[in-house]
Amino acid sequence: MTNYIKLVVLGLIAFFALIAANYARDLAYLANALTVAAVAAGTFLWVLRNTDEPVSTTDLSGQYMDGVIRFGVVATAFWGVVGFLVGTFIAFQLAFPGLNFEWAEGYANFGRLRPLHTSAVIFAFGGNALICTSFYVVQRTSAARLWGGNLAWFVFWGYQLFIVLAATGYLLGATQSKEYAEPEWYTDLWLTVVWLAYLAVFVGTLVKRKEPHIYVANWFFLSFIITVAMLHVVNNLSIPVSIFGSKSVQVFSGVQDAMTQWWYGHNAVGFFLTAGFLGMMYYFVPKQAERPVFSYKLSIIHFWALIFLYIWAGPHHLHYTALPDWAGTLGMVFSIVLWMPSWGGMINGLMTLSGAWDKLRTDPIIRMMVISLGFYGMSTFEGPMMSIRAVNSLSHYTDWTIGHVHSGALGWNGMITFGALYFLVPKLWARESLYSLRLVSWHFWLATIGIILYAASMWVTGIMEGLMWREVDANGFLVNSFADTVGAKFPMYVVRALGGVLFLSGGMIMCYNLYMTVRRSPAVTADNSAVPAE
Amino acid sequence: MAKIPKKLDEDPNTTGHEWDGIEEFDNPMPRWWLWTFYATIVWAVGYSIAYPAWPGIKAATPGLLGWSTRGNVAEDIARVNAANDGINAKLAAAELTSIPTDPELAGYAASAGSAVFKTWCAQCHGSGAAGAKGYPNLLDNDWLWGGSIEEIHTTISHGIRNEEDADARYSEMPAFGEILERQEIKQVVNYVMSLSGTPKDATLVAAGKGVFLDNCAACHMEDATGDRDQGAPNLKDAIWLYGGDYDTLTNTVTYSRYGVMPAWSDRLSEAQVRAVSAYVHQLGGGE
Repeated sequence: MTNYIKLVVLGLIAFFALIAANYARDLAYLANALTVAAVAAGTFLWVLRNTDEPVSTTDLSGQYMDGVIRFGVVATAFWGVVGFLVGTFIAFQLAFPGLNFEWAEGYANFGRLRPLHTSAVIFAFGGNALICTSFYVVQRTSAARLWGGNLAWFVFWGYQLFIVLAATGYLLGATQSKEYAEPEWYTDLWLTVVWLAYLAVFVGTLVKRKEPHIYVANWFFLSFIITVAMLHVVNNLSIPVSIFGSKSVQVFSGVQDAMTQWWYGHNAVGFFLTAGFLGMMYYFVPKQAERPVFSYKLSIIHFWALIFLYIWAGPHHLHYTALPDWAGTLGMVFSIVLWMPSWGGMINGLMTLSGAWDKLRTDPIIRMMVISLGFYGMSTFEGPMMSIRAVNSLSHYTDWTIGHVHSGALGWNGMITFGALYFLVPKLWARESLYSLRLVSWHFWLATIGIILYAASMWVTGIMEGLMWREVDANGFLVNSFADTVGAKFPMYVVRALGGVLFLSGGMIMCYNLYMTVRRSPAVTADNSAVPAE
Repeated sequence: MAKIPKKLDEDPNTTGHEWDGIEEFDNPMPRWWLWTFYATIVWAVGYSIAYPAWPGIKAATPGLLGWSTRGNVAEDIARVNAANDGINAKLAAAELTSIPTDPELAGYAASAGSAVFKTWCAQCHGSGAAGAKGYPNLLDNDWLWGGSIEEIHTTISHGIRNEEDADARYSEMPAFGEILERQEIKQVVNYVMSLSGTPKDATLVAAGKGVFLDNCAACHMEDATGDRDQGAPNLKDAIWLYGGDYDTLTNTVTYSRYGVMPAWSDRLSEAQVRAVSAYVHQLGGGE
């Protein structure tokens, strides 16, 4: 019966999407409407073929739902490589502007590809990593199957559709021009639906858990899911110019819009890239190290301090702008107080290894996790420091910011995700072990050297251009033109792009290694029954 | 089947919880961590009292130090202005032609003018003033509207062919595509090319000269050396604003060109305009 309802709904979606495509006012909207129509029609056929087929009546409630996580692992690895590839290419575009090809102007120039890169790595790579690891972790630490039946599959495929709509939209010119919130109104609405489904699956699983307490990783995952929902909805409040066009107008304007945007932007870092990934860390580090978490007390205090403080820190992105000074002060002060709560996660992760430090010599996966915590600690010190007005007056608008973001994103988010993928693949595909630990070592060193080249070159060029911008002669006149500072950065831009090449090749080695693990490693009997820990 | 983690003899107690084999030690928070956390909170309270921070109904607390970002930049600007007031007044009042020979004014104008140039002019003329297609090179001694400091000063003050300044320098070359036959344009382009280099088709040069004298010489002069009063370029010196190849010249003759430069007298102070005039004048081609 439900299948007939599904068929009606999917048919209507396909029909209305085709009407929308017919009346489309711009190319991006047209392409997106056709994509939606194609997906709805395809799903319609798939449901139709499965209708009135015999249904398997096996009771799966005692088993973990791992199929969707396997898909999530593949999607994470795939989007990761895509995101790194685009990032490396635009790094070369900055060094060699000729790569903004005349024939691709308006589609593949830096301005169009840059949001594609940031969204691909943050939302496609990071988001898939968070969704699939949170599904894995919440089941294991609750000893319960994912709640909601096939809802988890809807979350997975719905999120992929969001990624495709957003990415094709960027290339064809649909953007709200809000950093990390570029997708236009209909893509935002779709993500809201998917995200609420994600929240329902996660909370539903927690509610039916068989463990007496909720594990710390799940606190972080839950705070990430709830806060991102709130941030996403508020920052994307906008009114479409036409329901048949991609363009929309923001509800807020001027400095209020800027403040909302950076309240969102900073907490995308705080809750997406920090809280969510701390959830990942709290499961995979103790599992891989096979040691208890260092301190329960520390995890409570740093969790509540972190989520209370992060939400206020956004104004430090708007120092020396139209934003009133008082708001800047509060943003800066909260950022400084945030330093120790951020480090609480690093301490808890690193100290979990006490008693197992010798594993660093033998286990490249642990090494990856440790260096990710190192980069996490470094960037959560650097961030508060850069939020100080005096430092910000030098660092703002320079490449230092880009270096900071990448030491966090490549070092912390990238490395902890790689560690988690190396942990998950043998478990999910029931393999004895990874195909090759040597390749993990190669990945580790390529990625680490790549990050160091990236971050160090951006520090150098960022501080250099900051100093050049403010350099004045004895009479108080500026010494350098803007073009002079751009010219001076060239060598560091080349170094940065090479760092990207190393990081990208590490990612490709990982994909090969994971693929070969699934294809070649000896199988073991899988056990994915949900048994509470004693 | 949860794997029980290896325990060590010296391990502290755990909290007694366990999830999928993960336990938690009941360790206290590191003391240094906790005290640093407290210290940042104390510092935060102090800072927010010293600086503008707490929002009220009508305004925020101004902070005990009375500091503000706008006050900060206004102070800096006022300090530099106060230091330069004397020499700026002198520069604005001086005879233009005397600036290059007065060592004090010349030195000041060169550094002040360089800053103005890098901020306002470099976007088109390049930070080294070497120009680009459509934007004249200011380093050579070829001038469209004159290279004396007064002429440069007039050009910068009022601009060229803009609509906001009634005194802007103005002239307009006709689009000869509507006036001449295609063949005539071919001829005159070859003639113009022959003046400073090799024409594409030497057989057309002689006929082109006739076309030139009938249609172009009124502005570019019979000898093609141009006329600065009308901004008509010298066509014999092998210096080209848009390009001297056959296709570009054909394009220029057919459709004409209409380069625009903004007026700066309403955006910059007189001292700044004079400083940048002197700066351009001393770049190499000043007359």
